[in-house]
Parts: sequence; structure tokens; C-alpha cells
Amino acid sequence: MQAETKTTIDRTSGSNGASISVLRFSGDISSTSKESVLGAWQTVNGTGPVLLDFSKVEYINSSGIALIIQMLMEADKTGQRVAAFGLTPHFQKVFTMVGISKYAGLFKDEPTASASL
Amino acid sequence: MTDTTGTSVEVRLPSRLGFEKVAMATAASVARLKGFSDERIEDLKTAVAEACINAIEHGNHLNENLSVGIILSTSADELEVKVLDNGSGISKQPPKPDIDRKVHGEEDPRGMGMFLIQALVDEAEWVHDSKGKGSYVRLVIRLDKENA
Repeated sequence: MQAETKTTIDRTSGSNGASISVLRFSGDISSTSKESVLGAWQTVNGTGPVLLDFSKVEYINSSGIALIIQMLMEADKTGQRVAAFGLTPHFQKVFTMVGISKYAGLFKDEPTASASL
Repeated sequence: MTDTTGTSVEVRLPSRLGFEKVAMATAASVARLKGFSDERIEDLKTAVAEACINAIEHGNHLNENLSVGIILSTSADELEVKVLDNGSGISKQPPKPDIDRKVHGEEDPRGMGMFLIQALVDEAEWVHDSKGKGSYVRLVIRLDKENA
């Protein structure tokens, strides 16, 4: 019933030319996504700013939100800046409600999110 | 829009994570027939999903021999969803999640479900069956909030 979480890792450049890692998620982000989500984070941990791409995510539940918070915990330890884009208006609202927007800027699209870093 | 006033729809789910999506889809269909906006339907879907996940994990302890019941009932201006399980219910409401404490490792990063339910619907109550036959959470969304 749950769509597998797939995460791909890209690189892009910010407005100042600095390298930014991009974690592109697809499918569901739920309790079964731990390896895909946190495993991908480990590859970018401590490397600089990170974008989280949710544009192909179909479903996020509270267990998935907990995984996103765990990424933000790691980012906080290393001082990495994080921004997210591609969330539906509903999940932008949910991320704001739970406070994620305090630690990761939420943006409509990738260029805007990149420019924020 | 179809007149759904006074109707009731029931679904039974196995206590397996992922099946909450069946409840989400059913609740969304009934809410759409009732004339709720897309935004309210998304709120309801997330609240129903979290209620089902709690029932599957904490109420029925992932025991697939037990099912989670979903009863959707409509009246003139509201949609009520009851999510029933075999558990003993909650003894007290958990504290409101604190994102700063979570990010700094002082609080479990999980534990957002009940907060989201309460934040996304107009009414939420957790009820323990006094006969010891389980418990349920009751969610309500109201049409009059559409224009608020």
C-alpha cells in the first residue's frame, strides 16, 4: 500500500556559485522511508547547503515528518543550511504548523529555494 | 453535489501500516460529495491518516488479526469520522510538540500525529469504551468553516 521512497542526489549552484546538494524524494515519506531518507542525508552530511525536493512526493505522514526533523537535527549539528521546495500547499501548511519552516525555508520552486541558500 | 445528509459509510482496515490510505480516499470521497473544498479535504485526509496510524500502531499493536473501523457520518453541515480500535485509548493528551527541543535532540522527533489531528479538524475527541471493548477517536469538520 505504501509507495517506495526513492531518493536521488544532485548538485546545483547557488546564486553566489557555491555548490548545493539536492535530495530529490519521490513516492511516500513514511515509517518505511528511514533508510532512503536518512541514508541519503548521510551522503551530504557536513558538505554544505542542502535542498530538499518534494515535488514528486505523493504522501507524507507524521513518521515521515519525524525523518525530516532528523535531517534537520543533523544539519543543525553541522551548521548546514537547508531549504525545501515542491511541497503542495497543504504540506507547506503542515510543515509550518509543526515548526519545520523555522529550520528549513519553504519555497515554491528550485530556483527560489537555491537563491535562498 | 450529491445530497449525503444522514448517510453513513463504514470501512474496516487490517492493522497494517499503509492501509490508512484506504480510509483517506474514502473520507475524501465522502467530503467531496458533501461539498467541502479541496483544502479542507486535504486537512481531513491527513487527520484521518494519523488517526488510523495511531489505531494500527498503538491501539491494535500492528496485530493483523484485529481490524480498524472507520465510520463516516454526515449531517446537514458536518462530516464526522470515527476511527475505532481494540486498544484502551489514551490516558492523557501528549504535550504540544516543540520543534526547538526536537531539533536539539531534547524531545523525540516523532509524536506529531495527535497534534496534527487537533490542528486540522474542527473537533477531535478521544473516547474510551467504558465496557472495555476498545476506544475511538472522533473527528468533525464543518461546512460553516468553509467561509470562515
